Amino acid sequence: MITIRNLTKSFGPNRVLDDLSMVVPEGQTTVVIGRSGCGKSVLLKHIMGILKPDSGEILIDGRDITKLKASELNQERKRFGMLFQGGALFDSLTVGENVGFSLQEHTNLSEGEIKEIVREKLELVGLRDVEDLRPAELSGGMKKRVALARAMAMDPEIVLYDEPTTGVDPIMADIINDLILSLQERLKVTSLIVTHDMQSAYKIADRIAMLYKGQIVEIGSREEIRNTANPIVRQFIAGASQGPINEN
Amino acid sequence: MLEILGRRTISGLAYLGEISILSVQTLGLSLKPPWKGKNLLAEMVNVGLLSLPVVIITGAFTGMVLAVQSYYVLHKMTLETGIGGLVDLSLARELGPVLTALMLAGRVGAAMTAQLGTMKVTEQIDALQSLAVNPVQYLVVPRFLACLILLPILTVYTVFIGMLGGYIASVKMMGINATFYLSIAVGKVAPHDILNGLIKALFFGMIIGIIACYKGLTAKGGAEGVGRATTGSVVTSCILILVADFFITLALKIVNI
Ligand SMILES: Nc1ncnc2c1ncn2[C@@H]1O[C@H](COP(=O)(O)OP(=O)(O)OP(=O)(O)O)[C@@H](O)[C@H]1O
Ligand SMILES: [Mg+2]
Repeated sequence: MITIRNLTKSFGPNRVLDDLSMVVPEGQTTVVIGRSGCGKSVLLKHIMGILKPDSGEILIDGRDITKLKASELNQERKRFGMLFQGGALFDSLTVGENVGFSLQEHTNLSEGEIKEIVREKLELVGLRDVEDLRPAELSGGMKKRVALARAMAMDPEIVLYDEPTTGVDPIMADIINDLILSLQERLKVTSLIVTHDMQSAYKIADRIAMLYKGQIVEIGSREEIRNTANPIVRQFIAGASQGPINEN
Repeated sequence: MLEILGRRTISGLAYLGEISILSVQTLGLSLKPPWKGKNLLAEMVNVGLLSLPVVIITGAFTGMVLAVQSYYVLHKMTLETGIGGLVDLSLARELGPVLTALMLAGRVGAAMTAQLGTMKVTEQIDALQSLAVNPVQYLVVPRFLACLILLPILTVYTVFIGMLGGYIASVKMMGINATFYLSIAVGKVAPHDILNGLIKALFFGMIIGIIACYKGLTAKGGAEGVGRATTGSVVTSCILILVADFFITLALKIVNI
């Protein structure tokens, strides 16, 4: 379980997260929606310990990861997988080396065993025979899927997805949705997913949270969000230009 | 006015502090296993191969210019037979390490900053952290060690080729007697002169490695930011090398090396 309490973060004068609190329940899929630039990626990076908050705490199973030493934090990170918005593949390594990176770094598996896991994870995201390509040789959607395979390599207990379906075609988007669903059903993975894609959100979410002006303004089940009375959430899911959200 | 000055001072101190922290972390991790032998080897090949042509040209022409220049000065005092000693000593103690370091700051330091800077702005450094790998250990340590190990080695190349250049210019072009030249040149450079140059090279290697990595890891703002970081890396390294040279020379003088 991830518990976020009173998280605040500013970059210079720009306050991105403002006293944000939320809970991500274990074994469930929580989707965070919100406008571009509202701080969704910043929120995920805090949970990974990549960004440090100005104040507030992030408890993973009761341990505040904002106060851990570097080595303890790295230990904690091994339970996580994160898909970055832009993929963030290592461009000096091949696709196979990217996907097998953490296996190479953190396990004593043999080359052959790593190869086998890499092949399996790539198959999971619908890719075959791409191991020897460089990230620069892939399309945008392929990069995202390779990045997804890399995030899955160590069979993480908690997975953070930053816009998993953006930039892939609708059919592949649905395959990714099914993949997230099956991981949750089979392995009871805890997922936190950032997306703009409402169709995907309705399909995979146990709970949907809306981030607005640095805070979670609404959180609830699919049905609760679909039928919410909150005008901010209503405007966002309807995709209307008129309403309480009016600044660009 | 005072406020601007104050803010500059604070940001300058913060900058020094960050570089010191990175240096301490890097040194600490360099001494501690697990070492990434593969990464270190890759970086050493990289640094060595990138620099060899540059080092050869720098050495040869510096040696020759030094010989020709000294000839004019010494000729007036009819001391031209001393050229060999002058050229070789200047190369071993001063010009060899400094010029090699300046060239490497431009060649290797810039390439490292550009690479790490690109990784930073494309979130690859964040990704590394998310995969529970310490970027300092994985990226900085091998680059730092490669610079530290290779700078003395490349300095030896520069000095040696420079001496050869000096010899050729003096004997073949200025018509100095070869036996004379060698008899003075060989006797003049003592082991402690070589040591002096190597100690300098070691420090310059550390400067290049740390500054290049620091500038790369703190790059921000896309391709333009990477460009800015790269220029900053070269300029900062070069200035630090020249300043450090003065102080190291002074310190070595005190301990008589
Ligand atoms: N490292 C940083 N330094 C300074 N400002 C930052 C940094 N990272 C993010 N920001 C700022 O924080 C705000 C939120 O950025 P973030 O990337 O979290 O948006 P987002 O909600 O993920 O948007 P999108 O849906 O477009 O990805 C933006 O205003 C951005 O400029
Ligand atoms: Mg984002």
